[in-house]
Amino acid sequence: MLDKTAQPRPDMTGLPKTFRDWFSGKNWQPHPHQLEMLEAAQAGKHALLIAPTGGGKTLAGFLSSLIELSEAPFDGLHTLYISPLKALAVDIHRNLTLPIEEMALPVTAETRTGDTPQAKKQRQRGSPPNILLTTPESLALLLSYTDAPKIFRRLRTIVIDELHALAPNKRGELLSLGLARLAKLAPDARRVGLSATVAYPDALEAYLSPTGRTGSGTVARVSGGGAVAAEVKILIGRGHFPWSGHMGSYAVEDIYEQICGAATTLVFVNTRAQAEILFQALWKINEQNLPIALHHGSLAAEQRRKVEAIMSQGGLRAVVATSSLDLGIDWAAVDLVIQVGAPKGSSRLLQRIGRANHRLDQPSRAILIPANRFEVLECQAAIDAVKEMTLDGELPSEGALDVLAQHILGTACAGPFHPDQLYEEVRTAAPYADLGREDFDAVLRFVTDGGYALRTYDRFRRLRPKPDGLLTVVNQRVARSYRMNVGTIVEAITLKVRMRRGRFLGEVEEYFVQGLTPGDTFLFAGQLLTFEGVRETVVEVSPGKGEEPEIPAYMGGRLPFTTHLSDRVRAMLEDDRNWPTLPAPVEDWLRMQQWRSVMPKRDRLLVEVFPRGGKFYLVAYCFAGRNAHQTLGMLLTRRMERAGLDPLGFVASDYVIAIWGLKEPRAEDVAGLFDQDMLGDDLEEWMAESTLLKRTFRNVAVIAGLIERKLPGHEKTGRQVTFNADLIYDVLRSHEPDHILLRATRADAARGLTDIRRLADLLVQVQSKIDVRHLDRVSPLAVPILLEIGKEQVHGGALDTLLEEAEADLIAEATRGNMQASLPI
Amino acid sequence: MTVDPVPRIGQSSAMTSEPLILNGVSLLADLSGALYWPDRSLLIISDLHLEKGSSFAEKGIPLPPYDTAVTLKRLAAICGQYNPQTVMCLGDSFHDTGGPDRMGKADRAALEQLIAAYDWLWITGNHDPELPEDLPGRRIMEETIGALTFRHEASREPVRGEISGHYHPSARVRTRQRYLSGRCFAYDSDRLIMPAFGALTGGLTVHDKAIRAVLGPHFDILFLGPKRIYRFPADRLC
Repeated sequence: MLDKTAQPRPDMTGLPKTFRDWFSGKNWQPHPHQLEMLEAAQAGKHALLIAPTGGGKTLAGFLSSLIELSEAPFDGLHTLYISPLKALAVDIHRNLTLPIEEMALPVTAETRTGDTPQAKKQRQRGSPPNILLTTPESLALLLSYTDAPKIFRRLRTIVIDELHALAPNKRGELLSLGLARLAKLAPDARRVGLSATVAYPDALEAYLSPTGRTGSGTVARVSGGGAVAAEVKILIGRGHFPWSGHMGSYAVEDIYEQICGAATTLVFVNTRAQAEILFQALWKINEQNLPIALHHGSLAAEQRRKVEAIMSQGGLRAVVATSSLDLGIDWAAVDLVIQVGAPKGSSRLLQRIGRANHRLDQPSRAILIPANRFEVLECQAAIDAVKEMTLDGELPSEGALDVLAQHILGTACAGPFHPDQLYEEVRTAAPYADLGREDFDAVLRFVTDGGYALRTYDRFRRLRPKPDGLLTVVNQRVARSYRMNVGTIVEAITLKVRMRRGRFLGEVEEYFVQGLTPGDTFLFAGQLLTFEGVRETVVEVSPGKGEEPEIPAYMGGRLPFTTHLSDRVRAMLEDDRNWPTLPAPVEDWLRMQQWRSVMPKRDRLLVEVFPRGGKFYLVAYCFAGRNAHQTLGMLLTRRMERAGLDPLGFVASDYVIAIWGLKEPRAEDVAGLFDQDMLGDDLEEWMAESTLLKRTFRNVAVIAGLIERKLPGHEKTGRQVTFNADLIYDVLRSHEPDHILLRATRADAARGLTDIRRLADLLVQVQSKIDVRHLDRVSPLAVPILLEIGKEQVHGGALDTLLEEAEADLIAEATRGNMQASLPI
Repeated sequence: MTVDPVPRIGQSSAMTSEPLILNGVSLLADLSGALYWPDRSLLIISDLHLEKGSSFAEKGIPLPPYDTAVTLKRLAAICGQYNPQTVMCLGDSFHDTGGPDRMGKADRAALEQLIAAYDWLWITGNHDPELPEDLPGRRIMEETIGALTFRHEASREPVRGEISGHYHPSARVRTRQRYLSGRCFAYDSDRLIMPAFGALTGGLTVHDKAIRAVLGPHFDILFLGPKRIYRFPADRLC
């Protein structure tokens, strides 16, 4: 967490002698930004530190607290540290212990997470440490206790680590509301935000400001200085360079060679499936038996911790990891980062590159390995963006109403509150700065009794007004239920994976398991496994035989393709002057497209139509990202059906969508298909039955406190006593389409899995700017997406078509053998 | 591997009901989840779970209060469609004992109007919530008509010609590329388990051992799709 590299010698006179001696004793110099953060603290200002990884950010955040605590004994909680990761909180605690012990400071520091023993948690509430390291969820829980005012009364500093990763999502929204609460309980507490370099520093400043807006003048902005520009290059593997696919396995020998040539390598991939496959492939050729490990979010936590620990001790030569390692502790030993597959965003790439070489005076070294031709363009675009330091990332948006509902209930659990005062308080949180009173009241009504237009639940309120106008929870059952369900992370339902009579390997999503039949083999936790069956809620497996898994992959952990990178890719396609700098196969490919069809223009939409195998294909180069394309595909197939074009299916990538059908769409049909009125009735109708929307609704309902989380050990037994979120969605949608939970669902749908906002932007942008090319056969640019068919999920037109197909398959299969006897047809 | 969904097998217009034979008796399973016995002009429905929403609301989970109205509307529609002489509710008609007291006036009136229009039979079962005394309709623990016996929960002994509810069978259908889940009838040539009719009643997978205990490993389901019914052998499901 410190850096011993030569810096301009900063003035240490602002430091107390103990600290000066400590720095000198280690022959260290404080970084200028560490001292600037100290000045901000002494001036009583909030502070936002934006610095690349490895800039001594943590000490910058804690220095003022340590000094204050060293000067006078302090009774109670002085500094609250909030991290998005439990593991990070634990690690920071360890790092913090070092200066505290070496300087013999009279400071107590403890962690509090979901893993903290109950007795310790209880004790922490009665007598908190000086420094408490925790997560947003644990903070929300603490704030819901009636003794919260006592715990936080003397709080002086709140440090929020990895602020850039928290602010733009629901966890950050819940935390922002918690901060607003803390501002009431401890008005003097300063806020300190630690962030990586981001595209939207103003939004982070607003987040830290006690007014929830920029320009309050109370937030000091400190820059950790730029790191030396990274050395990033593209490497095309020696294997046959693929037209499609995302695994990058063709380059495994080159990846291995790079690992051999470096001290420690982080190999980043984009999906868990990719991690598994690449890990396998590396070990197959690992002749030197190098210690290479695997790390992704589905693996058992203890296994991940083990990998991290060995990594810290320098015991590994490489780790193949997903975004599970994007955040976290710094490993000084890493001197090479390899990104396999396109990076999907420039900020993400920058962050991943920053995981190598935490010394500010030397460049980080990174290699990008595109998995297909399109990805070469995306890799080049990302490298250009990093060079020019144009960043991207999700801009924090308006706070979600389901999160607000949870916060209101939590506030009520802590004690009676007045709605007017809570409304004012909530608006000091940046995501809710523009929240209207009507929306607040609607959410409050939901919390109170469900907030339905049919007001029959007066008797069943969760909150009741007291004579003095304050609202309070009706009983402790409500508070207990709140505490069981706190937080905004709604995991997909997962099942544990265990070796038969053996050890626990990790967890996989329920939907993946549902696709398996006993005997199927798949890759997981770095090995080939045979699916044996599901016992209770555990997936039983045994070591698999054979070379290749029969079930290719499981989904999970797909990264969103940013608009910024998409724009850059489009610009590269349009401007052929830079093509010669691209690898030869890619340049040839683009030239061929120029010759056979046209290149997509940056501000227009190219649609190609061509026949193939008795069907017609429509390929649209939208570049709006996979999620928006999936939604577009659903809506387009509906329209094509209505237009009598008999669509049969579609497939979408981050760049392109391809739809095929029995009839050839004419040029004038195509323009109509992309009309923006698609977002009216068609969207409404689709939303009624979309499984994605239903999943979104379920998450919203869980966060808002309508549906309780499925807790392990509480699964239904024999008789069905639970209820089904899909059925609630159907009933609510038909009776009260403007209910607050449906509004929250639609707001979520605008981003996330359905990405309707981006789709809307696209449709507006291309109105009357569509270029339709009728070709006699597939174009070079369309080849990659056509190859995806069969690997990717293919969506059919209507639900019933799929059912008929499945039924036809089954009956054909059944009638072939002895099944006929049992079929009562 | 071929990837296109196959061209449609003629969009059949009917298929909103499916014939089946149980212990020699011809029955009609309806897409709504009701079962019709034409020879006896008998319409059977199961597990209405009226007032389920308010039951949860009472426990601090305010589910939408519209489920009773939705269920009764569907019930009225299906009664109107088949116009049977007798309607039989196969138990768990209210979600809990307090249900009738929580029921709104309009819903109660709609229910009584339905009951008055038909010969109405409540199957109550052993441990089902008690129905209020002032609710019209005949009550009976179980009923045998011809070759069929009707009870709420399937008998633990092997029997022939039994129709029951209680388990709310549901299934997950694996199409080539995705999964669909929904309610279903589960049956073999001797016994049939009805899907739940209530608007907020979820399902129990037909793979559950409770259902296997009744039907054994080999039985069929009639899956209630969005627009029509599909027949699958249960052991071919995932």
